[in-house]
Amino acid sequence: MSSDYEFSDNEGDYYDSDEMMDFQNDDQDEDDMEMDDYNDDFKISTGSKRKSYEVDHTSLSQTSVEKSMKDDVDHICGILGVEPAAAALLLRHQGWNKELLIERYMDDPAKVLVDSGAAVQEPARDSTSIRTHSVDKFAAGPSSRRATRSSSKLLSSLTSPTRSSAQKYISSPTASASKSRKDAKSSEEPESFVCPICFDDSLELKQIALDCGHSACSGCWNAYTISKIRDEGEHCIRCMTEGCAIVAPDDFVHNILVSDAAPDSDTTENLVAWTRFQEILVRNFVSSNPKLKFCPYPGCTNTVSCPSAASKSVLTSMVPIVSCGAKGIPGSVKDKNAASSASSSGSSNSFYDKEHVFCFGCPIESDHRPVVCGVARLWLKKCEDDSETANWIKSNTKECSKCQSTIEKNGGCNHMTCKKCKYEFCWVCMGPWTEHGTAWYSCNRYDEKGGVEARDAQSRSRASLERYLHYYNRWANHEQSAKLSVELYAKTEKKMEDMQITSELTWIEVQFMKKAVEEVEKCRMTLKWTYAMAYYLARGNEKDLFEDNQRDLEKAVEDLSELLESPIETENIPMLRQKVTDKTVYVQKRNEIVLEDTATGFQDGRWRWNVSVDGFEEPLEEVRVD
Amino acid sequence: MTSISSRRLAKELMEIKNDGCPVGINLVQADDFSIWLFTIEVMGESLYQNEQFTLQFRFDQQYPISSPAVQFVVTEGRQAPVHPHVYSNGHICASILGNEWSPVLSVIAVCVTLQSMLASCKEKQRPVDNDRYVKHAPENPKKTRFHYDGEV
Repeated sequence: MSSDYEFSDNEGDYYDSDEMMDFQNDDQDEDDMEMDDYNDDFKISTGSKRKSYEVDHTSLSQTSVEKSMKDDVDHICGILGVEPAAAALLLRHQGWNKELLIERYMDDPAKVLVDSGAAVQEPARDSTSIRTHSVDKFAAGPSSRRATRSSSKLLSSLTSPTRSSAQKYISSPTASASKSRKDAKSSEEPESFVCPICFDDSLELKQIALDCGHSACSGCWNAYTISKIRDEGEHCIRCMTEGCAIVAPDDFVHNILVSDAAPDSDTTENLVAWTRFQEILVRNFVSSNPKLKFCPYPGCTNTVSCPSAASKSVLTSMVPIVSCGAKGIPGSVKDKNAASSASSSGSSNSFYDKEHVFCFGCPIESDHRPVVCGVARLWLKKCEDDSETANWIKSNTKECSKCQSTIEKNGGCNHMTCKKCKYEFCWVCMGPWTEHGTAWYSCNRYDEKGGVEARDAQSRSRASLERYLHYYNRWANHEQSAKLSVELYAKTEKKMEDMQITSELTWIEVQFMKKAVEEVEKCRMTLKWTYAMAYYLARGNEKDLFEDNQRDLEKAVEDLSELLESPIETENIPMLRQKVTDKTVYVQKRNEIVLEDTATGFQDGRWRWNVSVDGFEEPLEEVRVD
Repeated sequence: MTSISSRRLAKELMEIKNDGCPVGINLVQADDFSIWLFTIEVMGESLYQNEQFTLQFRFDQQYPISSPAVQFVVTEGRQAPVHPHVYSNGHICASILGNEWSPVLSVIAVCVTLQSMLASCKEKQRPVDNDRYVKHAPENPKKTRFHYDGEV
């Protein structure tokens, strides 16, 4: 993609300016356009000259997201007067909704603290006095400590919000929370702490507990924490004791894994887990904030902030394609490609350093302009329905009616709880579980209509298969060409080298080839999605105009492709260069027109569909394609 | 990790041998630290009177941080109890074997929990989706992600 330039090193910048001069020499008329391009298109955060198909966004590194998390935590500390560790747990529990948290906390601080795992559940009988006078109770000292379920919880009965929930190393034998029948007695003697998890009783054993006082040895805490983080990706690490809801604060996790890790634990593993933990925390924060989205590219830890695309309703009038600013995929992919390409040139890397472009509004990990998310999703789903996997997914999974996560039910009862958004619903009727009461075996809310509709849809799709194939084949063709682009890049690079040798052009001067290849690839992406759009566009003048633009772009792209594939003869090189440069600019312009026109159409609400699309008006009956 | 798992199991085994199992539960086989077998009977009045089941525990290196794989044995003339949370292949849908497992729990604690699960059963029937589950179920019940409701 042409936006390679923005992040390239000085060498790359040099190409840019040189090329711009080239174009000025070649064709003065095209100059403005070229300038625009460099000012707008290659920028990550676009300025006031933003085009109608672009969206304002900024890229944030993991550190800056961590900073805004810290700001939120400090904010809560200031207002609620709690320790930062507790504030972090409170915020995570409330999905980082500060207003909601403050409101709930004001209502019932003790309950909110207990629910979020920041404080120990108080015994019911004295709950009222504690809830209202937690600070007095703290001041009252040991006399207010009461025996709770077991004497071992004494230590933690202070749940004042001002108290730090940092870890405690317990030396007192009475603090042992061992549940073992046999160990109950031995805990009277200070020396004989037996870890209730591994049953180790050696003297060097370090006893660790959270505020709840349930101790275990540091080795077990370490193993448990790592398994929670690595295997479950969990940021909420609860006390190991059954039924205990206390959550380990961040500094506790840090101590367990890094600063005070068990001596026999694997340092590398500890560090990996700690790094992963921090990433999980950032992901949790990002996923709670609709203005943020985590970069979906593997190994990338950047976050993109795009406030203008934060609500679902704007997705009918814009396509929020964003980039996190990073490029390439860390690790083997790039190296492998670089190695497999026959080229010896060092600059070849830029071909494989794909920028991290993705859609902010939907899970599609590529640029699906000009078509909006809802239609793009419809199309992809339709294409996938033809594959076996998709058929399986269709028959065995359902989507959470709240967050759209795909869920497979492979056991248990019909009472489903979405793992992602915790929405509770009925597997049979997909309605909220709250309406079901306790009748969880048989759901009588099942609606026959759903089955009838499914059968109707099936017969309709059979009838329209031919129409579908027309669009699908063209879509697939562009998709395939885009996939072959790696080969095309390698081939083009070879040609550029040949050209350098056979003509007196410098390496910089033959860059026009590379630019053309990039442009072709970019336009193929646009074209690909125009077929998805055309498939769903309702018949009429608007669609005719759209297809005219599509045809013009496609014609231009095919012409340019052919030029690039044509054999190079030494005497023709200057002419070829001129032709390719002109065509590239023309193609660029046509692409611009398609994108601009479609984007404006979405803003004006001009497009009509032949199916119902989320957020759009229902299609008129007569234009419905059957 | 190896040491934690085997040390813990050795200790549990010693306790079982010294103190014996709770009533209705008997250790059948514990030759190594990977598979243990118990027989389990429901004492007193229940739907499962005079029935005996065999319970199999499989431990991995991560035990007790990760839960053991527990299921009823259904070979050699052995049957799984007919119960709304027990599939005919012996797999058990119980939260303490999944997301509510705690390293503080032990083999005996699991046996006792399952025993009381059977004892409190009011109607002998298989889970609603038994046939479909059994057809696709993984060999190891831990690979199944059960969804639990509050009545386990």
